[in-house]
Amino acid sequence: MMRALASLGAAVLAGLAGLGRILIFTGQLLSHLARPPFYPREFGQALVQIGYNSLPVVGLTALFTGGALALQIYAGGARFSAEAVVPQIVAIGMVRELGPVLVGLMIAARVTSSIAAEIATMRVTEQIDALVTLSTHPMKYLTLPRVLAATLAMPLLVGVGDIIGIMGGYIVGTERLGFNAATYLKNTADFLELRDIISSLTKGAAFGFIAALMGCYYGMTSERGAMGVGRATKGSVVAAAVLILAANLILTEAFFSV
Amino acid sequence: MIRLSQVTKSFGSNHVLRGVDLHVPKGQSMVVIGGSGTGKSVLIKCVLGLVTPDSGTITVDGQDVTKVPRDAFLSRFGMLFQGGALFDSLPVWQNVAFRLLRGRLKRPKAEARDIAIAKLRRVGLGADVADRLPAELSGGMQKRVGLARAIAAEPEIIFFDEPTTGLDPIMSGVINALIREIVTEMGATAVTITHDMSSVRAIADRVAMIHGGKVRWTGPIADMDASDDPYLDQFIHGRAEGPIETLR
Repeated sequence: MMRALASLGAAVLAGLAGLGRILIFTGQLLSHLARPPFYPREFGQALVQIGYNSLPVVGLTALFTGGALALQIYAGGARFSAEAVVPQIVAIGMVRELGPVLVGLMIAARVTSSIAAEIATMRVTEQIDALVTLSTHPMKYLTLPRVLAATLAMPLLVGVGDIIGIMGGYIVGTERLGFNAATYLKNTADFLELRDIISSLTKGAAFGFIAALMGCYYGMTSERGAMGVGRATKGSVVAAAVLILAANLILTEAFFSV
Repeated sequence: MIRLSQVTKSFGSNHVLRGVDLHVPKGQSMVVIGGSGTGKSVLIKCVLGLVTPDSGTITVDGQDVTKVPRDAFLSRFGMLFQGGALFDSLPVWQNVAFRLLRGRLKRPKAEARDIAIAKLRRVGLGADVADRLPAELSGGMQKRVGLARAIAAEPEIIFFDEPTTGLDPIMSGVINALIREIVTEMGATAVTITHDMSSVRAIADRVAMIHGGKVRWTGPIADMDASDDPYLDQFIHGRAEGPIETLR
């Protein structure tokens, strides 16, 4: 019994210490925001890699999810004769929840893992040390451009994901479920509020920040060797996914609490 | 020029440096030798601030390295890392000219590229290598690029960490000769970490041997073979028997 409690205590302490290290890392990162030098070229590259190159995976995820959501709502709604609400529920479901969360999780899988593996490999091969000896701060050169790019690119990705998700629902609704195209679009537009869109884009920015931050943090603190790189990559994706879901709950409460 | 006094560093229960005293005079080429895991690399990383010593002082030109402005301090150094540590995502010329493309030593891009190509030529590589990625080069070529990067900004002090590790004997000889030529030609102060005795004989003006976390022996290269230190004697002759414990 005591041993189990001790293990639990040790795990809680380790978790809190980890959280503390992440907060310190975040503080250090933010302290570099306003201090030159800046690296616009690295920022531009990160914007392309994180934003533009993620468009296909975001688009496909949203398209399939929107279509499946329409089918589910139609089937569920049929139980109490509410099939007609498909356009409204697809719109609200995609924009408020599924769009930002799924895009966030896809970015965690695609971008967080890639950032963590790249930076961890740089650490293992002494490239981070080399940066320092070349008078270049790794936090400024590696972390800041990536986190900034993800924070700015994610709202756009989420916006695109929301639209494509709604279109997925529209295609299934009109082609499979027999909805009138014009009515479907009108119901969607009428039902969505500005608050829904703002919440979606805000969640996108927050999730982008979390996804890139976790990739950078785990990469920078990676242990030596191939196993260290593997652990950093796995840890970054798990942490990003959990933090994105936790942040989603907090932001949903903040925007839509009754 | 570089002086370490009673420098200690531990990693957990592993006491790597236990009070290192070392003086590297200006314009001299000091080679630090010692077995694997004796803290040779940690020593130069302490000087550069990549590793923080637990105690002791390190001064360069009489100034405590922890109290000088970092950028200005680091701009005096060049370093060749053991594995090259070239940036995978950048072409060779941008690796070499890294320091010249940003920060306080920034030059126009075309000028930086010209300097990079000149430095590549200095280490025996043609201009055709400039636009390749590091992954497209052999180990020996990567070392040469690393060397070109270390000297690109013409630093006063150059550190070489295991410059010949992983290279065949001929390529090792080429790198050793290049290092010696460049150090002499630039008048730089150099510290080389190695356990390759052919490097020691080719590069060193002075030698320091680290053992047990301390400098066991130091002196001019000419005195090394005649020293009566049994530890140094065992190391330079590569004998299994002697005071340095070896695992079989």
